[in-house]
Amino acid sequence: MEKLILPDIKNLHTIGVYESHGGYAALKKALAMKPEEVTDIVKKSNLRGRGGACFPTGLKWTFMPKTADKPKYLCVNGDESEPGTFKDRQIFEFNPHLLIEGTLIASYAMGVTTAYIYIRGEYGKWIHMLEKAIADAASHGYIGQNILGSSFSTQIYVHKGAGAYICGEESSLMNSIEGERGYPRVKPPFPAQNGLWGNPTTVNNVETIANVPLIIDKGWEWYTKIGKPTHPGPILVGVSGHVNKPGVYEMPTGVPLLEIINSYAGGVPGGKRIKAVIPGGSSTPVLRGDELEGVSMDADSLKAAGSAVGTAGLMVMDEDTDLIAVLARITKFYHHESCGQCTPCREGTGWLHKLLNKFVAGTAAVHEIDLLLEVATNIEGNTVCALGDAAAWPVQSMVRRFREEFERRVVQPASAERTEAVA
Amino acid sequence: MLTKENIAKIDALRGRYPTSKALVLPALWIAQHQEGYISEEMMKEIAQVLDVPFGHVLGVVTFYTMFHTKPTGRHHIEVCTNVSCMLRGSERIVEHLEKRLGVSLGATSGDGKWTLSEVECMGSCGTAPMVALGEEYHENLTVEKVDRILEGLK
Repeated sequence: MEKLILPDIKNLHTIGVYESHGGYAALKKALAMKPEEVTDIVKKSNLRGRGGACFPTGLKWTFMPKTADKPKYLCVNGDESEPGTFKDRQIFEFNPHLLIEGTLIASYAMGVTTAYIYIRGEYGKWIHMLEKAIADAASHGYIGQNILGSSFSTQIYVHKGAGAYICGEESSLMNSIEGERGYPRVKPPFPAQNGLWGNPTTVNNVETIANVPLIIDKGWEWYTKIGKPTHPGPILVGVSGHVNKPGVYEMPTGVPLLEIINSYAGGVPGGKRIKAVIPGGSSTPVLRGDELEGVSMDADSLKAAGSAVGTAGLMVMDEDTDLIAVLARITKFYHHESCGQCTPCREGTGWLHKLLNKFVAGTAAVHEIDLLLEVATNIEGNTVCALGDAAAWPVQSMVRRFREEFERRVVQPASAERTEAVA
Repeated sequence: MLTKENIAKIDALRGRYPTSKALVLPALWIAQHQEGYISEEMMKEIAQVLDVPFGHVLGVVTFYTMFHTKPTGRHHIEVCTNVSCMLRGSERIVEHLEKRLGVSLGATSGDGKWTLSEVECMGSCGTAPMVALGEEYHENLTVEKVDRILEGLK
């Protein structure tokens, strides 16, 4: 497939090269349409969010009120903190104007007058790159008052995070922009009704927004023919872990996971067997290496396989991997990143982490395998935001799919009588 | 104390947001860039400049892991140990750094030269393992590469 988000064009990050390859033509095209026509095209394209939830983007835009009595905001989510995810960073570096153009088109479609691009604080280097691109776009008349001579005016600002995974959650992100701690808000009300400073707000992922100019430029019919029709378009898949060529690969949705691992990423070093795969960032349920046949990188296929696309951050683990150690590291992460607002998550993530440390040390009792499931199940669905679910899913899936690994790591009963007593 | 230039920098950002409270994070970044960390006096000053309670600024500073309330070493080495880095040998990198610098994770060396921190996923999974030194990422690390980086630091 021709690469669309990250094409191999030298110096595409500069505005001159971007323009000479047709850049900002989609913005001009959009400005000649009515805003609701733009939204309608995005809706028909079936573009689904690339930040984790696969929510239909055009539908999300229609939730914004049509009235103009309050300021409307767009937040572009570049917090990119889900372990195993490193794709948005490529857009900031190699194609920032595509993101800016998408931000402008989305702002026009929804009547947004200020867009904030929220970027994790660790990405200082990439923030400078994007800010340079924004300044260049403004000096070329693409950002600001009466853009390209139209009646449309909008601003784009970068807001720098400061090291909190939770700020990738849309309501935490809004709180962080407002100058608060990154605590998630209770929903409803949803951002489209009550977002930034109580005003209508839409939050879209960086990669999602980068798809918008392509759709406007070439049309929704063209777009729906790329990859799986129910979840179409190009997707940036980040492959990490035990592969010969880790990295971000652009491909149509629907490529089989085994093809991604073996063709795109060069296979597993030493020709080793795949023990496990986490398909879309650390919160998506783990899959066994022997159940990957026929599973592809799109929402329907991964859902049917009992996992999710998430951020398409594919982590590959070979046959020698200590999955208990991997899960212990994942639970440590969620414990560290829990904002502490909801008791099930604040206490539960710490409990899971402590339990996993016992399995790592070989001091866990056999009943603690099911205790892991019980604790995880009591977090899932019982918190304000999805971080609780994100912490529960890896544990639930790992215990269910690799129970034998846990059983091998519990304190072994001293005698047969003891086994009976426990049983 | 914030320098005059930095107060002007904060003021220049006011037009970006409808409230001054929204400037808490940007102002803290400017302050930390100036001082290397954020002292209680600095938090009080930011509270005053932005007209928000001191307790609010303190709450924000302590919520976000990238804001430091104490000075770090002259070189702050942040090493990722999350899954993608772990699968590609971050443990060896941590061991080597601890041995070579004589500091354990989370500590600063006695001479104030090094701070070594464990960090969560930095978005460098395809180029793991990695360390960050300020805004600079050092990726695809080996023990030998770590040595070369350390030798280049005064």
